[in-house]
Amino acid sequence: MDVFSDPANVDVYVTGFLWILKLTIAGTVGALVLGVVLAAMRVSPVPVLRWFGAAWVNIFRNTPLTLIIFFCYFGLFSTLGFSASDDIDRNNYWLGVIGLSVYTAAFVCEAIRSGINTVPAGQAEAARAIGMSFFQTLTMIILPQAGRAVIAPLGSIFIALAKNSTIVGTIGLAESSNAMKDLINANGDQVISIFLAFAGTFAIVLIPTGYGFGWLARRLAVKR
Amino acid sequence: MSTDAVLYDHPGPRARARNRILTVVFGVVVLALLYWVYTKFDDKGQWAAALWKPFTQGSTWTDYILPGLRHTLEAAAVAAVLSLAFGIVFSVGRLSDHWWVRVPAGVVVEFFRAVPLLLLMFFIFFGVPFLTQQPMSIFWSVVIGLTLYNGSVLAEAFRAGVLAVPNGQSEAAYAVGMRKGQVMANILIPQAARAMLPVIVSQLVVLVKDTALGYIISYNELLQMGVNNVAANFGNVVQAAIVAAIIYIIINSLLTAFAGWLSRRTRRSGRAPRSTGGSMPTPAPAEVL
Amino acid sequence: MRITRLAATFGAFAMAVSMAACASDDDSGSSGGGSSASGIVGKAQNDKKLVIGVKADQPGLGLQTGSTYTGFDIEIGKIIAKGLGVDESGITWKTTVSANREPYIQQGQVDMVVATYTINDDRKKVVNFGGPYFVAGQDLLVPTNSTITGPESLAGKKVCSVSGSTPAKRIQTDYKDAKLQQFDTYSKCVTALAGGQVDAVTTDDIILAGYAAQDQYAGKFKVVGKPFSKEPYGIGVKKDDSAGCNKINEILKTAATDGSYKKAWDDTLGKSGTAAPELDVAQLTNCS
Repeated sequence: MDVFSDPANVDVYVTGFLWILKLTIAGTVGALVLGVVLAAMRVSPVPVLRWFGAAWVNIFRNTPLTLIIFFCYFGLFSTLGFSASDDIDRNNYWLGVIGLSVYTAAFVCEAIRSGINTVPAGQAEAARAIGMSFFQTLTMIILPQAGRAVIAPLGSIFIALAKNSTIVGTIGLAESSNAMKDLINANGDQVISIFLAFAGTFAIVLIPTGYGFGWLARRLAVKR
Repeated sequence: MSTDAVLYDHPGPRARARNRILTVVFGVVVLALLYWVYTKFDDKGQWAAALWKPFTQGSTWTDYILPGLRHTLEAAAVAAVLSLAFGIVFSVGRLSDHWWVRVPAGVVVEFFRAVPLLLLMFFIFFGVPFLTQQPMSIFWSVVIGLTLYNGSVLAEAFRAGVLAVPNGQSEAAYAVGMRKGQVMANILIPQAARAMLPVIVSQLVVLVKDTALGYIISYNELLQMGVNNVAANFGNVVQAAIVAAIIYIIINSLLTAFAGWLSRRTRRSGRAPRSTGGSMPTPAPAEVL
Repeated sequence: MRITRLAATFGAFAMAVSMAACASDDDSGSSGGGSSASGIVGKAQNDKKLVIGVKADQPGLGLQTGSTYTGFDIEIGKIIAKGLGVDESGITWKTTVSANREPYIQQGQVDMVVATYTINDDRKKVVNFGGPYFVAGQDLLVPTNSTITGPESLAGKKVCSVSGSTPAKRIQTDYKDAKLQQFDTYSKCVTALAGGQVDAVTTDDIILAGYAAQDQYAGKFKVVGKPFSKEPYGIGVKKDDSAGCNKINEILKTAATDGSYKKAWDDTLGKSGTAAPELDVAQLTNCS
């Protein structure tokens, strides 16, 4: 009677969350790297780089993720011929990772940029005074301090990324939202317990993660 | 804009030359990439006039895109108002002195912040009718889902804003005899709302984008009408998606621009400390998506 | 204390507002059963209105073109409505997708569903079916020069279908060697087929024929023509509405002989030249 007494259904549930986990990890790495590079571009002395960073943020931050994931399939894969794997699921997974990364990177970039704003001007001035270049100032002085200031916002962004990874289901990956939909379709009478199982898993993992980031942010906060 | 940028020295002749080279190299790379994308799309016939022609016809707009856009904006507007109300109520709830208000409010906010909106909408639309034995309208499924999620995020933003108001403000208010409710309503919330304006607006942008999830439960919004239905008629799903993306970008850019204007208008002068970024007016406290 | 009272008042207020709004929004859907005659027959008599769930994105069957819907399913819906005494102006078309047809019927969001809706045992548990008014079969849509000749030759090939649909499930269980790509709409599948990302699209032959006949794909695709399932299309009503179901079957019997069924076909799918099928009244369900 109970949905989750059937091992096949448990398998659907586990597979769904494994995809979410993998998407979240790879997406976080991608978004972080890309976001830092974009933030560096946005504060760099070269106007073209600044424009590029600004354009990226304005385009990807303002487009629904559903559409970005769609373009990853029908633009990047279908039209531009980018293919990560011949296996449908693996390929869709990587397309999803790319979509999540480029989307989330726009938010990471803005968070880091506002973090840079919290670093007192004296820090950069002192760095320049001892002859550091822009690149040195940024990587050795500004970003380490800014990074500590933006742990809390970055935490929220990556938690959002974990939740957003359900949207990769729109190109067919059997992640948790598709898994939940399938289970509900097959067991309409147990919709509540199915929802609680899926939503509860997200809540149990993500709420403590949020508090963890908050704790980390307070611990690492730059005392001024 | 770079006059107050402090991250780098004013470029001398060598730095200027280097920047120029960087500009040219990077510009060429970007343009080459764009050109490559263009030719690839061309190879696949994506620029074919027949696929774009529907968008030059008024009927495509009046039959599909504009009604879809109207539904998107309706859901977004109603959800925005309800989210703000939800956010204020629950932020006040979480700040209450009474545990039996604080704890439930906290549980609600934390739960809805942690659950993906897609799951939430699925549940409201397919699950709630089993509980109430009443059909659930698609519109309200979308709006309630958006409200619970974005309202919870806003509740946290308001709470952070209230906590960030200097203690002296509430102390002074109590000193002149205000009650707790008055202090909250007249002193703390208005200041918190102003400080949190960037967060509120970026959350509203999120809200507009998230209406796009409504198509998954067949709400007739921009993606359903302007992409799926247009594509079913004309077989141009990529083109329709490009048009829809541009519409979203325009709406959200307008919203952001409006927020910038509003924040400049309402900002108290003389409080912004000089900082390293230069171009950004106030440090956005926490941007969530 | 003040704060909490304020919060409580606000909370109650917000809840009341949203509930009132919920309640008022879809009242019309459930108020039909007031008199002695319940179900769709009663509703049609009392209100002269029906809400019919149809597909919006399937050319030839149920396609939303502007504010109107066109297709074979739509014409069938009109025939049924007319038989129930409801004018075309009294019909509200409501877009359904494959995944929400049962909930729509169960929750009363629609009075009936005419949306490429295959009668099967699982669905019969929750829905009562009139019909079938057409028997389709799962088939494959492939590029004209494809070597795929039927479901047996799908091994290692990429097949696209709509997530959660019966055709998708059949590929997963019966043709495990095929690789399945799932999207939320068939038009995305057909786009992927046109781009060469998938080797075939699979669903009911009649749906595939609708896509193959679209102008922009003319001459590019063919339907393989070896259906490997029987998909009797039914008209879904509430599980306990046997009277409504029987009435639908009566109306279909009349339509089979008075030419209105043939006209419905000729006006829609028949335009591609296929002759109208026979509506086999012996196959109609017993509405149990």
